[in-house]
Amino acid sequence: MAKNISFTIKYWKQNGPKDAGHFDTREMHDIPDDTSFLEMLDILNEELIEEGKEPFVFDHDCREGICGMCSLYINGTPHGKTATGATTCQLYMRRFNDGDVITVEPWRSAAFPVIKDCMVDRSAFDKIQAAGGYISVRTGAPQDANAILIPKQDADEAMDCATCIGCGACVAACKNGSAMLFVSSKVSQFALLPQGRPEAAKRAKAMVAKMDELGFGNCTNTRACEAVCPKNESVANIARLNREFISAKLHD
Amino acid sequence: MIDSKIPEGPISEKWSNYKAHQKLVNPANKRKLDIIVVGTGLAGASAAASLGEMGFKVLNFCIQDSPRRAHSIAAQGGINAAKNYQNDGDSVYRLFYDTVKGGDYRAREANVYRLAEVSANIIDQCVAQGVPFAREYGGLLANRSFGGVQVSRTFYAKGQTGQQLLLGAYSALMRQVHEGTVQLYCRYEMQDVVIIDGRARGIIARNLVNGKLERFAAHAVVLATGGYGNTYFLSTNAMGCNCSAAIAAYRKGAYFANPAYVQIHPTCIPVHGDKQSKLTLMSESLRNDGRIWVPKKKEDVAKLRSGAIKPSDIPEGDRDYYLERRYPAFGNLVPRDVASRAAKERCDAGFGVNNTGLAVYLDFSEAINRLGIDQVLQRYGNLFDMYEEITDVNPGELANEIDGVKYYNPMMIYPAIHYTMGGLWVDYELSTNIPGLFAIGECNFSDHGANRLGASALMQGLADGYFVLPYTIQNYLADQITVPRFSTDLPEFAATEKAVADRIKHLLSINGKKSVDSIHKELGHVMWEYAGMARTKEGLQTALAKLKEIRKEFETNLFIPKLDGVNIELDKALRLNDFITMGQLIAIDALNREESCGGHFRSEHQTEEGEAKRDDKNCFYVSCWEYKGEDAAPVKYTEPLKYEAIEVKTRNYKN
Repeated sequence: MAKNISFTIKYWKQNGPKDAGHFDTREMHDIPDDTSFLEMLDILNEELIEEGKEPFVFDHDCREGICGMCSLYINGTPHGKTATGATTCQLYMRRFNDGDVITVEPWRSAAFPVIKDCMVDRSAFDKIQAAGGYISVRTGAPQDANAILIPKQDADEAMDCATCIGCGACVAACKNGSAMLFVSSKVSQFALLPQGRPEAAKRAKAMVAKMDELGFGNCTNTRACEAVCPKNESVANIARLNREFISAKLHD
Repeated sequence: MIDSKIPEGPISEKWSNYKAHQKLVNPANKRKLDIIVVGTGLAGASAAASLGEMGFKVLNFCIQDSPRRAHSIAAQGGINAAKNYQNDGDSVYRLFYDTVKGGDYRAREANVYRLAEVSANIIDQCVAQGVPFAREYGGLLANRSFGGVQVSRTFYAKGQTGQQLLLGAYSALMRQVHEGTVQLYCRYEMQDVVIIDGRARGIIARNLVNGKLERFAAHAVVLATGGYGNTYFLSTNAMGCNCSAAIAAYRKGAYFANPAYVQIHPTCIPVHGDKQSKLTLMSESLRNDGRIWVPKKKEDVAKLRSGAIKPSDIPEGDRDYYLERRYPAFGNLVPRDVASRAAKERCDAGFGVNNTGLAVYLDFSEAINRLGIDQVLQRYGNLFDMYEEITDVNPGELANEIDGVKYYNPMMIYPAIHYTMGGLWVDYELSTNIPGLFAIGECNFSDHGANRLGASALMQGLADGYFVLPYTIQNYLADQITVPRFSTDLPEFAATEKAVADRIKHLLSINGKKSVDSIHKELGHVMWEYAGMARTKEGLQTALAKLKEIRKEFETNLFIPKLDGVNIELDKALRLNDFITMGQLIAIDALNREESCGGHFRSEHQTEEGEAKRDDKNCFYVSCWEYKGEDAAPVKYTEPLKYEAIEVKTRNYKN
């Protein structure tokens, strides 16, 4: 059965990328602990609107952990702390205690400028994807799907890499603001599949070059990204990307 | 009046005949033609990518920060295709037949056959793109079964099939962005369609970051903006899903078809409180191995509701597996509308569980005992995790042992609004009745009749986007090659933009007391209560009266903060304005359709056993509604359904 909790919330307000920004603070009373974190913020916004104030802005959409839109830095951890690794929208208030102070900030990274409050611009990820995150196949009539045999183990491993939701928690957690976990997951998915091999070298080089160009930092193997990834992407992908990248460069 | 443009010939040859005789646009002319695609879900992204690749100049819009976030991403279970890889007797005809029957004989035959025909190409296309579908140990593609069918034709990627298919379409789209054939506009929301000389020639979109209205011109406009499930406030749709683009088209004269056909999905996590913002779906694939039950005895129900006993305390003999009891041939895999109504029937009879009495159990004990926990987790592990994160109950946890039988914690589920079969009316070419305005995916009405089968939404979205629209739109554009690009300074653009700007100004000036969400919740309550799983004439009339009050409340007592730039309350208010119109349309159509079929259940029209009773004599048609002004009743036209390949029968899932 649900119980109610009361706590203090400190949330980041910033009016555009050039504004210095500040925290607003509010006491929240008697919130049922089966409320999701974002529903708690809905309650906050309803209260603000009732008082004629402007609401707190944050990105969210599917609210079932798959679209990658929600992106809050909660008490120092991207998406907050959950048992199995989950997105902000799958965090429930039962993870908090009566009397807590909850701090909510945006993703902080040079490559993700703040649009407003906790809404940030992650279009850099789309640009990296456009640089080479695909297999060049035309719409039409390719060969029969079962003509390519793919061992179950390879397909499963490619699937694990492909589950990345592009939320950017890895970048937010990294002290260097590196996007290596994101890039390596996409590169790995295609590198593990026979369909992706012909362009593997070109893809690794193009996506890494675009990542560097857009101002993401380098990887220094702190594994902070892996620890916060809501889809449990592994840093083994980064090792694979490095292998793909180095072998591609050696062939240049 | 209504011309569906179905090609001549036997059903299996119609699409081939069409493609053999349609007009095409040559490569040099494609470069001169612009196409606006609104939406980047499966239908929108696959269409934009395919059209760009063909050489058209494509402008692609989405409301999210990236095209990869469209709500197709949340589809869990799978995608159907008539590959017959399992050698279980599947064929194009059988997929066609199952879809028409599942839709309770209210879909357009020719469109459905084409869908079944191209379904196999979709799988080939997606595998070539690197979509990591589940495989067998020998390296072949794996399949599973879904509701309403007796074959295994569903391809899947764990419980994230929609995500993987969308990322496949997104990668194809981003390849075209890189090539320069597609221009992306993210965080833009279409507000209206611009009509010049009777043809769709552009849109007015609102930039959601700076709040400004912008004009975009093109030779054709394609709407791939999804369904209208969020009219009910609580649904499995994403928070941003809305029907504004479709309603804008409707207000400009496009017919809205079958709005009453709303799908209520049987396996969602039940409502827990009035602060809830959305309902989470538990994939239909769970019904492959999960068994649905409520207690047989009322005293057990009372003890469960009060928390005195746990579901695992109830032994096998005291459980009522009501779907297996009522529908022996299909059991737990009956279509969604049948499963939803059966759950409602048990809850109405007082056997519902949870403290609300509005839930039933979905139990994996038998599957875990049969297959072992590891194999069950391999199939559904991520869904079990998701369920536990939300409810704090682990469905894979051993909870009790009675007489040597092991019982695990069941999930609690209840039906929720999930998908809308109705949508903009389109002909065989996926064109609305406004020339140059097309609608694809969930946004149109044509393929699912009165009820959609599981794993068919992904199939339809990708069929429309990859394999149908890129052909049929050329038949329209072939006449347009001499038409030069339009200037957005034309008076039609200015007038349309001004109307939108005036509307926004009005909403900001109301300065009332109620938030958008609070009015939307009232709308949702009315819709769920009177136009939900069971509808009556009296209830629908009440709904229409209440919707008038809600409209008045919205127009006179709404509060939106006045902000430059990002204004999330204004975004929502503009959508709610259209949800209210949509709600009226649903209620009017439901009141008008004097029969029960698929997702539309009128309590006056049922058999003695409580099954839906169709009226093929009087209601064998598509209802098409034409807008006549905000205060006037819409006018109904009908497209009679003509079945040539299938004999229309009463749906039977019992034997």
